[in-house]
Amino acid sequence: MSILVGPQTRLVVQGLTGREGAFHAAQMAAYGTTIVAGVTPGRGGERALDDRVPMFDTVVDAVRETGANTSCIFVPAAGAGDAIAEAAEAGIKVIFCITEGIPVHDMVGALAIVRAHGAQLIGPNCPGATSPGAIGSGTKIGIIPASIHLPGDVGVVSRSGTLTYEAVQSMTDAGIGQSTCLGIGGDPIIGTTFREALELFAADTATRAIVLIGEIGGSAEEEAAAWAAVHLKHLPRVAFIAGRAAPEGRRMGHAGAIVSGASGRAADKIAALEAAGFKVAGSPTELPRLLAEAGYTKA
Amino acid sequence: MKLHEAEARELLRRAGLPVPDGEVATTPAAARATAERLFADGAAQVVIKAQVLVGGRGKAGGVKLAANADEAEKTAVQILALTIKDLPVRRVLVAPAADIVREIYLSALIDRSSRGILLMASAAGGMEIEEVAAKDPGAIIREIAHPHAGLLPFQARRLGLRIGARGELLKQFVAIATGLVRVARESDADLVEVNPLAVVPAPELPGGERLVCLDAKVTIDDSALERHPELEAWRDEDSEDPIDREAREMGIAYIRLDGSIGCMVNGAGLAMTTLDLVTRAGGTPANFLDIGGGARADKVAAAMRIILADKGVKAILVNIFGGITRGDEVARGLIEARGQQERTVPMVVRIVGTNAREAADLLTAGGFATASSLDEAAEKAVALAAGGAA
Repeated sequence: MSILVGPQTRLVVQGLTGREGAFHAAQMAAYGTTIVAGVTPGRGGERALDDRVPMFDTVVDAVRETGANTSCIFVPAAGAGDAIAEAAEAGIKVIFCITEGIPVHDMVGALAIVRAHGAQLIGPNCPGATSPGAIGSGTKIGIIPASIHLPGDVGVVSRSGTLTYEAVQSMTDAGIGQSTCLGIGGDPIIGTTFREALELFAADTATRAIVLIGEIGGSAEEEAAAWAAVHLKHLPRVAFIAGRAAPEGRRMGHAGAIVSGASGRAADKIAALEAAGFKVAGSPTELPRLLAEAGYTKA
Repeated sequence: MKLHEAEARELLRRAGLPVPDGEVATTPAAARATAERLFADGAAQVVIKAQVLVGGRGKAGGVKLAANADEAEKTAVQILALTIKDLPVRRVLVAPAADIVREIYLSALIDRSSRGILLMASAAGGMEIEEVAAKDPGAIIREIAHPHAGLLPFQARRLGLRIGARGELLKQFVAIATGLVRVARESDADLVEVNPLAVVPAPELPGGERLVCLDAKVTIDDSALERHPELEAWRDEDSEDPIDREAREMGIAYIRLDGSIGCMVNGAGLAMTTLDLVTRAGGTPANFLDIGGGARADKVAAAMRIILADKGVKAILVNIFGGITRGDEVARGLIEARGQQERTVPMVVRIVGTNAREAADLLTAGGFATASSLDEAAEKAVALAAGGAA
């Protein structure tokens, strides 16, 4: 099994006809993701992805005609908040937003609509999620390269994109497979937090260990650690925190990665995670060894 | 993007909030002219405040009172000659000095935990809110604004009552608190802070007191600047390094640090990790640099120019995990950049992921030193910076 994405996924891609949308939709389909629809206003009635996927003007049309239950958004930043709200209003329950640079006030409004409809938003500014399988039978949503994955039973959750690839590649190289790899996004306001991701993994019987990849800024890692200390005692858990060498008060690329005053520091996050029973790596390449030390054995 | 106090006050004034009179001056003569007008309007004293985007202006001698126009001019001469935390003072704000009865703290900011707009108020104004939070967390009163309607009047009343506002003062407080959230939403600010929100004598009013926004701090969400050309025009390019500006205009996230190893990475998390591993290997990073997702050759070449503009750079580490970014594009950019650059420093390149094989062929043909793992790349870069071989 897996979390959020898997064989049950019927995907609509919002912004399928754009440069990134078209490229990554083809990659997702090749990996085995069931793409049932695309949405680009004004392109309804056309077909995309080598004629295999019908296009719609609105998400609600796509849901009605195809039974789509999951969305992946590649819409440019200025319209992405609106695209999220449209997906939630149309009844989509799992919404991934890949777009980077969405104005934060747009996210405040969009997220309220997502919550009012009982949907789960992942992102924005996230790489998506993969529930690995053999090529052609896995499910991948977003932009994570398929080549780094191996099917398995370790759940990975991360705030970053390429850093996640680095960590997952090191696991795959060591023969450690993943149940689901989830990128929750690097923005200050995101739909799914570390803690919520851990709750999903805790409820997934196929996940037997956890890898959490955090970074400086905010206190989401500390909140996740506090929850894990109580509810995740039964799972081996390891972590990596980026930004030990970051100076205070400067935004390190991600809009959310800033150390301000006494909060958001790498050292505090590492201490909180260690207190909650996580083994914390000094480099992503150490994660496989630490998983073994935490008691994880390959199935 | 941080706004200067003068522009932050202007934003509040346009929203109809009570902001005292005052003008920006760039010369002592202009400061004198403003001071003369303020004294003629009945000010007992004027305050002259350096407009620089750093905290601690008062301690650095950048905020001073003057009792007459001569003194105002002399003070302006002094303050305009100051450099505060490396920033030259080019402008001063000249405003009437307020007769403060007491000070309140009030701010509206984007809050990660509640994922909304958080209002914070405290009766202990004038102090940094971080200081209040450390000493007496119970003194900070909070409300979360409605995500679509902003701060509702009853919420603002609840805040005001709990910090002791009554009668006429409470009415004014409600107008100001709802106004701050309106400013935050309309201007895409992630922080609007008024500290102090001062209670000053107002004999003409029923309660004998009124509220004024004495100092204001506003930060605009960088992601929203495109839809606010009127705010972008307020950008203080004087306080921005030319290299930082080039990076911003190219869409490259760049932060200069003090070390000797220039870093070029795709993705912010991986870029931070690269800095961490350089540090762990005994080196010192010269910068944080994220070329972003899907960078083409020209952006890679620009990133190389930016890194090399820092004369402290002794070696360069390029670390790319291709996903949306294609490795061969980066390799082409590196080759292109090498043809253009004025000085050469030793470099180690690690490219994995999408099109890594094509990249490796290009790099080998170009004679670049390469590494396969991130740890190995960091160690090689540290050796190169120390004058060794890769």
